[in-house]
Amino acid sequence: MKKRKFGLALSLVLAAGTILGACGKSEEKGGETAGGDEKEKAFSVAMVTDVGGVDDKSFNQSAWEGLQAFGEENDLEKGKGGFDYLQSQSDADYSTNLNTLARQDFDLVFGIGFLMEGAINEIAQQQKDSHFGIVDAVVDQPNVASIMFKEQEAAFLAGVAAANATKTNKIGFIGGMEIPVIERFESGFLAGVQAANPDIKVEVQYAGAFDKAELGQTIASKMYSSGVDVIFHAAGGTGNGLFKEARDLKKKDPAKEIWAIGVDSDQTAEGVVEIDGKEHNVILTSALKRVDNAVKDLTTKAKEGSFPGGETITYGLAEDGVGLAPINPEVSTKAEIEGAVKEWQEKIKNGDLTVPSTKDELASFSAE
Amino acid sequence: MDYVIEMLNIRKEFPGIVANDNITLQLKPGEIHALLGENGAGKSTLMNVLFGLYQPEKGDIKVKGKPVHITDPNIANDLGIGMVHQHFMLVDRFTVTENIILGKETTKGGRIDIKKAEKEVREISERYGLAVDPQAKISDISVGMQQRVEILKTLYRGAEILIFDEPTAVLTPQEIKELIQILKTLIQEGKSIILITHKLKEIMEVCDRVTVIRKGVGIGTVNVSETNPNELASLMVGREVTFKTDKAASEPKENVLEIHDLNVKDSRGLGVVNKLNLNVRAGEIVGIAGVDGNGQSELIEAITGLKRSESGSIKLNGKEIINMSPRKVTEMGVGHIPQDRHKHGLVLDFPIGENMVLQTYYKAPFSKKGILNFKEIYSKAKTLIKEFDVRTPSEYTLARALSGGNQQKAIIGREIDRNPDLLIAAQPTRGLDVGAIEYIHKRLIEQRDQGKAVLLISFELDEIMNVSDRIAVIYEGEIVAVVDPKQTTEQELGLLMAGSKRKEAGGENHV
Amino acid sequence: MSNRMKNIVVPLVAVLLGIIVGTIIMIAAGYNAGAAFIALWNGAFGEIYYTGEVIRQVTPLILAGLAVAFAFRTGLFNIGVEGQLIVGWLAAVWVGVAFELPKFIHLPLAVLAAAAAGALWAFIPGLLKAKFKVHEVIVTIMMNYVALHVSNYIIRTVLSEKSDRTEMIADSASLRSPFLEGLTDYSRLHWGILIALACVFIMWFLLEKTSKGYELRAVGFNQHASEYAGMSVSKNIILSMVISGAFAGLAGAMEALGTFGYAAIKGGFTGVGFDGIAVALLGGNGPIGIIFAALLFGSLKVGALNMPLEAGVPNELVDIIIALIVFFVAASYMIRIFIDRISKKGVK
Repeated sequence: MKKRKFGLALSLVLAAGTILGACGKSEEKGGETAGGDEKEKAFSVAMVTDVGGVDDKSFNQSAWEGLQAFGEENDLEKGKGGFDYLQSQSDADYSTNLNTLARQDFDLVFGIGFLMEGAINEIAQQQKDSHFGIVDAVVDQPNVASIMFKEQEAAFLAGVAAANATKTNKIGFIGGMEIPVIERFESGFLAGVQAANPDIKVEVQYAGAFDKAELGQTIASKMYSSGVDVIFHAAGGTGNGLFKEARDLKKKDPAKEIWAIGVDSDQTAEGVVEIDGKEHNVILTSALKRVDNAVKDLTTKAKEGSFPGGETITYGLAEDGVGLAPINPEVSTKAEIEGAVKEWQEKIKNGDLTVPSTKDELASFSAE
Repeated sequence: MDYVIEMLNIRKEFPGIVANDNITLQLKPGEIHALLGENGAGKSTLMNVLFGLYQPEKGDIKVKGKPVHITDPNIANDLGIGMVHQHFMLVDRFTVTENIILGKETTKGGRIDIKKAEKEVREISERYGLAVDPQAKISDISVGMQQRVEILKTLYRGAEILIFDEPTAVLTPQEIKELIQILKTLIQEGKSIILITHKLKEIMEVCDRVTVIRKGVGIGTVNVSETNPNELASLMVGREVTFKTDKAASEPKENVLEIHDLNVKDSRGLGVVNKLNLNVRAGEIVGIAGVDGNGQSELIEAITGLKRSESGSIKLNGKEIINMSPRKVTEMGVGHIPQDRHKHGLVLDFPIGENMVLQTYYKAPFSKKGILNFKEIYSKAKTLIKEFDVRTPSEYTLARALSGGNQQKAIIGREIDRNPDLLIAAQPTRGLDVGAIEYIHKRLIEQRDQGKAVLLISFELDEIMNVSDRIAVIYEGEIVAVVDPKQTTEQELGLLMAGSKRKEAGGENHV
Repeated sequence: MSNRMKNIVVPLVAVLLGIIVGTIIMIAAGYNAGAAFIALWNGAFGEIYYTGEVIRQVTPLILAGLAVAFAFRTGLFNIGVEGQLIVGWLAAVWVGVAFELPKFIHLPLAVLAAAAAGALWAFIPGLLKAKFKVHEVIVTIMMNYVALHVSNYIIRTVLSEKSDRTEMIADSASLRSPFLEGLTDYSRLHWGILIALACVFIMWFLLEKTSKGYELRAVGFNQHASEYAGMSVSKNIILSMVISGAFAGLAGAMEALGTFGYAAIKGGFTGVGFDGIAVALLGGNGPIGIIFAALLFGSLKVGALNMPLEAGVPNELVDIIIALIVFFVAASYMIRIFIDRISKKGVK
């Protein structure tokens, strides 16, 4: 109800603005003065999502949450001159949307996801006065700040947790596609397991797709039946198959101790199983990638006038850009795990330990 | 005098045309009343008005003296009007009874009481001498029988007035005789009948009175006893018509078409043309008489290359053409007036002009280096339209918009213009009116006189008898007899066509 | 009303109805419909940049529309334009990245490769239809999926090293033009629009002026009569599909060499091929009609992106309004009957 009225009011204001400024480009300034008695010009920020939209339970959603948090802290309103987003209906729209936002004088425009790399690179050269941010890709332009994550660090902690939870000393990893981001997850995870217990064997398998839940389930089923009891996935929607398999097995045999580890956001909700009226959860923990924190952080920097144009900011544990979700209380070794995780976390944060981000680095990695 | 149905001064318009203008038709109880008119004269429109499918712009309809408004076919049914359509509306996989009760099922506790229905159907069938087996499947019974099922359907629904739309078009001569008997029985049992037709012979034989319409206008009603076919024909067409086709004796020369031991199988692998032998000479018309479905279509398709032949030989001017592509056969000198002009003869959505070059569009002067020369195409079309009296607003009019007779004239013009050595005419006058029939027969004979070979396939015995110089009777894919039209009778042909005289006729008469 | 008039009036009424119903829905949901439509207009034509983007969007739509219409005119329903577009896209990019050639060879080669790939992709359903009477609708739908996944596989394994997109094509294969971009304030307008318009002419000329086109149209209207007249129905079916597929492949080339400059792994269909069906229907399967229909769809698509920001209308509602316009367009048969009825009364 409230939202609707708000929308109505907003659209009326906007309509008025459009009519007032119908005579063309001078509209921007005219509109501003008509709009408000506030400060001369509030900082405004917007982002372009891919076709997933802001409720994709993943990347776009997380980024949007970051912008909303920023807006709240700075008393901004959704819309022009505040914070907003545009959703793309197809790959061809990235460029148009980014352009639209830049032309609407948003101070900072984010492209969410590596798919927008090309579009940002191009538009940044055309709109030299605008500032852009891109997540998960590096664009080398003076007015673009690139956000990257040390996924390997989160994965490392997940590996430590897995190594401390397994009873069979067999752990599994399901990857989506063999691309650099996933390689960081895999390398970090393997390093974490190895650091915690070098005797553990990790089975690695790639599904070849991010949207094949049924394939994910098949792989998980094979792994669990071969004695694996903890599986970590970095496979997007494919990972939903892992959760389903874990829940099914738990339902069949509640005594069985099998675990799955989520990725990107805290996926605890995916692991709920009800057995005889009692709620269980098969999610051990999740390796977090805090797109929201990163987006908010970069926006704040830009607002304060220190926009890191041309730089690549890599968010790791130290910057709260990645992390590990709380450990499932059902795990018998919860305390042990938490202890180990904390210990390794300190080492990484201190810089005592550099987590390998590629398989090559992993080969020469040693926790000592 | 009392009438069961009166349609008074009916006028029905469609955008741009007046389909019916001031037509009056009065049906007396217990009479067979013919509705006579050329194709496109407005007979069907008038009957559709009576049946509630169209609303007239002017005029009144009275049933048994009471004015009525028939706004849909159900009202017509309730008023006791039933229609036997030319194209049967039956479900092939249902039995006779199931078809008859369709839409009027009597149910007992939610289930169809088929026993009771069968009994009723049998009773009606016996009363009118229809001899229909209520339990037979439609797909298993003959066309004539199917028509009787249609009649039964209207009777079962309590029709007092029956409209027959061109009922004899699909029947064999024997079946026509039986139908006429049935019509008479219906009248004896108190029904009244409107018979839509353009066959004068039938009118003279069974009808009491006849209402003639020409080009949408009611011409008048006459008593059959006080008229003759010539008068009716001129009423219908609007000018004098001759019936007997005048023709000189044929002077056949060398063989143009020679078919030897031809075998053709259908899609299920059954033989439909079996060891067929036939020849057609230059300067003669050979008519193929036979009941529909005895291999006539397959024979034509085999000659023209549309269907693969299994074995045998087809020679045109001494050259083997068996299993050549249709285009090759056409180029070798075969013209073909197909049986179904809408399906096979014309592209209805093309202008009539473009239809005139359907076989020759790729040749000079119509096409040069793959580019069409529309000037040449339309000037050719214009010539043909004039020469063959195709009545069309222009050569740019879509073929669809022309009447059946004019479409057929266009096809004939196109085929004759290519100057083929062999002209195959399959049912060239089907559905056409007297004027057009006369014209087409004249053209066929003209071709013969110019030394062409003409192969005529028809289910109309009149036509076969009138036009052919020799008649070959086909039965179950074989030519069972070749007879001289001057020395045979319809009776004899009918029996040959039914296969009954096969043995005696075989052998010596084979060509 | 004459047929020609009807062909113009019916689509206009369809669009108008879509706007009216869209207005009602927006008012019911508490949004300012006027502002929304102004935003739509501004998003498509408010600035020269957007107009450039509209034309860019229109380019593949014209070609996809031509592909559908061409098959349709010869009696075939090519639902596989989407798949043919995808393989055309892939082929163009392949040529674009694999060779280093002078522009006057490289660009035509890439364009032709796309047309050939699309043609080949459509050849298969054409062949199956001609030889085994397999319905082209089913085959082309299935071929869409095959195209999508094969193309993804090739991008992943052959054209890149396990990455999700290919390299950018060489400049010598690109349709992009700094001149056009400058003209339209950095839009992605490219030379492809000329190719699309040329294809409109080609389709018209081929169908209306050549003897081959005569044959194709004849087969489209009446296979039986065409066969009786000595034309080879199966050859014409295959040819028609191949030409239709070539148009679709060219639509892919527009995306490959113009808009994107690379091929990326696709999670789903681009939708351009399916929009082509609507474009062809709205355009009455005629060359000029297709240009206007594509223009409408292109401006709706581009303009709609502006609606959430400028008028605060949520994306979902924008989708509904666009869908409504498409719906009324697709239901234009309904409008046609309605007009017939009115004009009949008028005569009376």
